[in-house]
Amino acid sequence: MEPRSLRAPEPLLFEVSRPGRRGYDLPPLDVPVEGHNTLDARYLREDIDGFPELSEVDVVRHYTRLSRLNYAIDLGLYPLGSCTMKYNPKVNEKVARLPGFADAHPQVAEEMIQGCLRLMHSLERALCAICGMDRFTLQPAAGAQGEQTGILMVRAYHQERGNPRRVVLIPDSAHGTNPASAHLAGYRVEQIASNERGCIDLGALRRRVGEDVAVLMLTNPNTLGVFEGEIEEAARALHDKGALLYMDGANLNAFVGQARPGDMGVDVHHLNLHKTFSTPHGGGGPGSGPVGVKRILEPFLPVPTVEREGDRLRFQHDRPGSIGKIRSFHGNFGMFVRAYAFILAHGPAGLKRMSETAVLNANYLRKRLEGTYHLPYGAPSLHEVVFSDRNLEATGVRTLDVAKRLMDYGFHPPTIYFPLIVRGALMIEPTETESREELDAFVAAMLAIDAEARRDPGLVTSAPHTTPIRRLDETAAARNPVLRWRPRGKES
Amino acid sequence: MAAHRYLPLSDAERDEMLRAIGLKSADDLFASIPKRLRLGGALDVPGPLAEMDLVAEMAARAGENILPDPRSQFLGAGAYRHFAPAVVDHLLSRTEFYSSYTPYQPEISQGTLQAVFEFQTLICQLTGLDLSNASMYEGASTLAEAILMAERTAPRGRVVLSDRLHPEYAQVVRTYLANMGIVLDIMEHGRDGAADLVAARQALEGKASALVVQHPNFFGCLEEVEALAAVAHQAGAFLIVVVTEPIALGLLKPPGEQGADIVLGEGQGLGVPLSYGGPYLGFLAARQSFLRQMPGRIVGEARDVDGRRGYVLTLATREQHIRREKATSNICTNEGLCALTAAIFMAALGKSGVMELARHNRAKAAYARERIAAARGCSIPYAEPFFNEFVVRLPVPAAAAVRRLAERGIACGVPLSRYFADKRQERDLLVCVTEINPRGEIERLADELGRLA
Amino acid sequence: MSKGDAIYPESLRYTKEHEWLETRGAVATVGITHYAQAELGDIVYVELPQMEAAVVAGEPFGTVESVKAVSELFAPVSGVVAEVNDALQASPETVNKDPYGDGWMIRIKVSDSEETPGLMSAAQYRKYVEDEAN
Repeated sequence: MEPRSLRAPEPLLFEVSRPGRRGYDLPPLDVPVEGHNTLDARYLREDIDGFPELSEVDVVRHYTRLSRLNYAIDLGLYPLGSCTMKYNPKVNEKVARLPGFADAHPQVAEEMIQGCLRLMHSLERALCAICGMDRFTLQPAAGAQGEQTGILMVRAYHQERGNPRRVVLIPDSAHGTNPASAHLAGYRVEQIASNERGCIDLGALRRRVGEDVAVLMLTNPNTLGVFEGEIEEAARALHDKGALLYMDGANLNAFVGQARPGDMGVDVHHLNLHKTFSTPHGGGGPGSGPVGVKRILEPFLPVPTVEREGDRLRFQHDRPGSIGKIRSFHGNFGMFVRAYAFILAHGPAGLKRMSETAVLNANYLRKRLEGTYHLPYGAPSLHEVVFSDRNLEATGVRTLDVAKRLMDYGFHPPTIYFPLIVRGALMIEPTETESREELDAFVAAMLAIDAEARRDPGLVTSAPHTTPIRRLDETAAARNPVLRWRPRGKES
Repeated sequence: MAAHRYLPLSDAERDEMLRAIGLKSADDLFASIPKRLRLGGALDVPGPLAEMDLVAEMAARAGENILPDPRSQFLGAGAYRHFAPAVVDHLLSRTEFYSSYTPYQPEISQGTLQAVFEFQTLICQLTGLDLSNASMYEGASTLAEAILMAERTAPRGRVVLSDRLHPEYAQVVRTYLANMGIVLDIMEHGRDGAADLVAARQALEGKASALVVQHPNFFGCLEEVEALAAVAHQAGAFLIVVVTEPIALGLLKPPGEQGADIVLGEGQGLGVPLSYGGPYLGFLAARQSFLRQMPGRIVGEARDVDGRRGYVLTLATREQHIRREKATSNICTNEGLCALTAAIFMAALGKSGVMELARHNRAKAAYARERIAAARGCSIPYAEPFFNEFVVRLPVPAAAAVRRLAERGIACGVPLSRYFADKRQERDLLVCVTEINPRGEIERLADELGRLA
Repeated sequence: MSKGDAIYPESLRYTKEHEWLETRGAVATVGITHYAQAELGDIVYVELPQMEAAVVAGEPFGTVESVKAVSELFAPVSGVVAEVNDALQASPETVNKDPYGDGWMIRIKVSDSEETPGLMSAAQYRKYVEDEAN
């Protein structure tokens, strides 16, 4: 074991556990325990083998020290393209913890929980206004589940018309959740090529759309950060053949308050509350992926929906065409509170300024980096820009190395190796909550790394040097997976 | 338009930056959006509110809820009220945990990655199985994913579900599997609280990849996991056990040691706030042989270039960002912070805490059941062993009883009529008792139920 | 059965999907080429069919995974699996180190004596790889 220092790795819970330590006390049991009323021994476990035994202080030190090994948005920029890592307002954490919200049991009778229902109803109304859609379901737990919900509704729509159809069209630049979600809805996936601008090839789409195509899944702006300028024409081509248009709303931050998916011919789309609407990423969730629909898809919404009856709100379970339920209860309510607070804090003018600033920041970075890093697509960027490592080819330094070296400069790297249509992609999305100083510091770091790559490539390819841990052998980890701790002598 | 408190650009800075990139106005930033799509007016949304007003507005909303004292609530049916010590919220509120991104860059995410590795281990220890993923959305969709995993491993095109699964779970499974070419057959419990082995054997005749039971089941009754595992294996099927109340595993034998091949469920009971139904926490554990088919993220141990032990997302080739439509699932963002919450809760309670908590739950529920059974007009329709939930048959429709007792400040339980249209269950109430309910409130509940007749 | 340091051994035939094929009588041995393993990077797992499974020319018979990528393996000929290189379970890195020798994947009892169209000679495959790299 490494000697104690500020940089020493933290042992596992199970390694600091000591028999007999307690971290928790219950009040004395206030009911009698009678022999005839206990469970037979054959149902009972005798022990929880290996479960930790720690004092409260041990637990607090362990997790506090662990937390210090993480980078976080409150420490600095995360220029992650398509992730929209923006500031998480602290008041949102406060209001989500109001006992009326945080302690509300989901099985409480409707009459008693009007406050929660009203919040859900208000959020739905606000999202409809922002997106130009007719209804929203708040049920999906994340963007991918939202995609799945949307495609299931599309399928139900086609099924009602006598032909479920067989194929979902997806651009080659799409996020991996798109084809995975389409597959879960029982569809076959076919790729549609992008044109030289990185946008959907309208001609190819028109040639391919037929009675066997259920829907096109389009990300707008696309994963290059470029607005799909021909989205209305694409919608027409689809609608002419009875097919629908699904929009992946992950990049909505680019045009909130400037334009609305509902006006673009979009029939159904999801959005990510943990992207556009500032709910925290939590180190991998929870998220929330509400799905907006036009009237034609309303009959198929998951149940229950929130409906207004006079000044009361109630859940409506009776929806004969509904696809059913995509998860238990009503959705990630805790995220609804935060997202609605975010909308209230901004108001219409604030939301417009939000997207403006997001696009401005991205274009500022583009301008300052495009002389040095290779820009594969020249089309105008909205909220994110994609570079590649092509200019560094001769040095032997790759996108992965640039990403790792950025950490030594105190930044989280951008999204790398996505979208797949750009070799060695570096996708940069600063969001609107970054100051000019932070952007300038990021540019300085990127320029410095380019210079290092030419002068001393080994420094970059062996980065990072100053992080709590350095490059890990992911190959060995995958070849011989160790996915849990085991007590000594029980390693399998 | 003035600067906003979350936007660190003053008007002057904005204009300067526009000039730096050669644009005249902010409007020019959106030149790539066709003119006819550009919004003329403002969005029809409320706000902006200064923080003081925002807090007041949200507090007013929360205040519209009329909730009885938590100690007088006896609600379960898929979500469980347990006391989480202060350290849980304190630690998960550290910004390095909650405002960090998915740990794709392990060098600056060891806090998250190690915490998840520990979570995976704790779930393995609770369930008695060797393999756990990093979490999924919540219990119901996790069940759907578990069934798909079983079918990928042993494709039979048919799965048998106990009819004592949480009805919302059954509904979610039907939605998820609607177009996957898998037949869902229901095994009926009939009059019994727990599954009948003969019925199980019959239901599994012909090929099936899995038998799915919930333990304790939706009516609160324990299932005979070991016997059901034998029946399933004899029929060439896996046994999948669903757990909606994980505190039960602090008392009951881990299903993984009783022959279950997959144990999954809802982790909310491990200190995750009730929060009106979400965000919650799906957990999924299985035998090692399911490794390649396991959906969701998994954290594994690794060594860095200096030989230090660290943790990393591994086996990513199962996932959507690589395998796309052939992925084991479409899941991307999962429930990271909720998994951390549960891990901290389990660490804070520790072995003795979790086991004692489970014992208290069971003892209080047993006391409540006995008192209610003795109340006038009330009976207990299912005699099977239980953990902290049980069904009570009332002398009046349960939905009406819930309304009456609400006026007395008691949320007495969940009427089964909320889920079942069968007239025979109209008077049935699902009551849950946890360590939160003091003896006095349990006795008051029994007294009030006895006054219904 | 090492092929020395040659990365396009003359005695083998090659497919567009970067598999190689060596036929001896009615049995064909199949693996992936040097180019394929270099593109994939460190291989962590190989998924192979069961003995006696049917394989169809042009259809996938398994997958090969590196840390960041997964590729399907396509059968160059039709037939029935006669032998599987189980050693790759424990040591998938053998495919990187000796793709034409110890890194062989399956042996197929060929059902069709006529050669599958589209198989390339070493020279043709070399040209194909060089074109693809540009």
